[in-house]
Amino acid sequence: MNLNPNKLIRSISFIICAAAFHQSFGQDLLNMLDEESKKNAEPDYTTATFKTTRLINGHSIETLGAGVLDVRISHRFGYLNSGPNELFGLDQAWTRIGADYGISNRLMIGAGRSSYQKQVDAFAKFKVLRQAKEKMPVTVTALASMMIKTGPFADPTRVNYFSSRLYYSGQLLIARKFSEGFSMQLMPTIVHYNLAESPNDHNDVFALGVGGRIKLSKRISLNAEYYYQLPSYMLNGTVNSLAIGFDIETGGHVFQFHFTNSTGMTERTFISETTGDWLKGDIHFGFNISRVFTLKDPRKK
Amino acid sequence: MKHYPTLLLALLLVSALESLSQPVYMTRNGKISFFSKTPLENIDAVNNEVFSALNTEKGDMAFSLSVKAFHFERSLMEEHFNENYMESEKFPKSTFSGKIDKLQEVHFDKDGKYNVTVTGDLTIHGVTKRVTVPGSLNVEKGKIEATAAFQIKPDDYGIKIPTIVIEKIAEVIDVSINCHYEPKSK
Repeated sequence: MNLNPNKLIRSISFIICAAAFHQSFGQDLLNMLDEESKKNAEPDYTTATFKTTRLINGHSIETLGAGVLDVRISHRFGYLNSGPNELFGLDQAWTRIGADYGISNRLMIGAGRSSYQKQVDAFAKFKVLRQAKEKMPVTVTALASMMIKTGPFADPTRVNYFSSRLYYSGQLLIARKFSEGFSMQLMPTIVHYNLAESPNDHNDVFALGVGGRIKLSKRISLNAEYYYQLPSYMLNGTVNSLAIGFDIETGGHVFQFHFTNSTGMTERTFISETTGDWLKGDIHFGFNISRVFTLKDPRKK
Repeated sequence: MKHYPTLLLALLLVSALESLSQPVYMTRNGKISFFSKTPLENIDAVNNEVFSALNTEKGDMAFSLSVKAFHFERSLMEEHFNENYMESEKFPKSTFSGKIDKLQEVHFDKDGKYNVTVTGDLTIHGVTKRVTVPGSLNVEKGKIEATAAFQIKPDDYGIKIPTIVIEKIAEVIDVSINCHYEPKSK
């Protein structure tokens, strides 16, 4: 083969030109767009810190989207240690049936009725701060709830006021999604009793909750939640609430399966009135089922 | 012939200078939507915040969008789209960069509608594929409108659809593009 230097130069320059052409295959335009998109860009808000609006018994920082209705059925069976005759607690059940609604992407309300203590509850929840990349480290949601015990009064012989049936709780939920697979949440909480449980009890119970989730797969996560009560405010005979469970998501449903020493499913009944002892096997198996319905297309203004 | 390298250098310099003063058209609110149709469920999503640019001299076209800016009828769908399918935290952007085929048939200085194909690299979910997309360019009073409709298979871009929802998500997704370009101010 005859190596003609001219030919060689020509083919080399062809390669250079081809390379230059290839590099300019819209790539410089793409770089320009990249620069443009950085100008006054919206903060990159973190989404899906938790799969649903409840961690297990308590609330997570998540709120429903605007126009979304969430029907929730929660169930707690009896204690696992109640023996085979009670089918390890499955013969007993407490339920809470409720519905939540997203007013805006940051504000939601909800109400429910529990068979435990024949209680009606309602709450409002607002996302105050939203975690955003490089702008905000945590999401903070404020929750206010109110509970009404509708059962008979403990002491019918005394003068009982309606207001004595009322309980309130306030929570600040502070969470951070550290990575795709790991989120943590802190929950400073106050539970207020309009009528103290006994002359020796305080009207307020203070607690600090801590919870988190680890994603086991795209659709399954392992959750845990613990509420530590300030010992000097604890009601007589109560313990701290601990729950461990799984979230399983299938399309429009989220199933939450869990084990907990709490019987109630409202802030008052699980944070300040848990009596079950994990070590003795006073553990409830339970589940929450959430089904969402979109009532309004959020894209239509 | 010994001046050949010098000539080449000059050529490169000229093309570099040229790129500084090239006519670039741009939009920050182009629209890309997609549609998945199955007997069980229809899903559609719209992104109105697409960045796109067009170099009328070179025929280069580029698109860049934030995956999280696709909005759905149901917010839970949107969450699943980002979390489970597109993995938007890992792959926040989808891009395309390509060239108009047969650029000589398009006269950007003359009003009219030109049917074109554009060939380039489409990157979705971190996977890049060479594609050719048919569309049209509508030149009117110094502004350019681009429209296109094509199909993509999620499977081609490593997007796995689990069996539990396989009957609700189409194997082939219809994508449509609509961008109104204006000259980019320097």
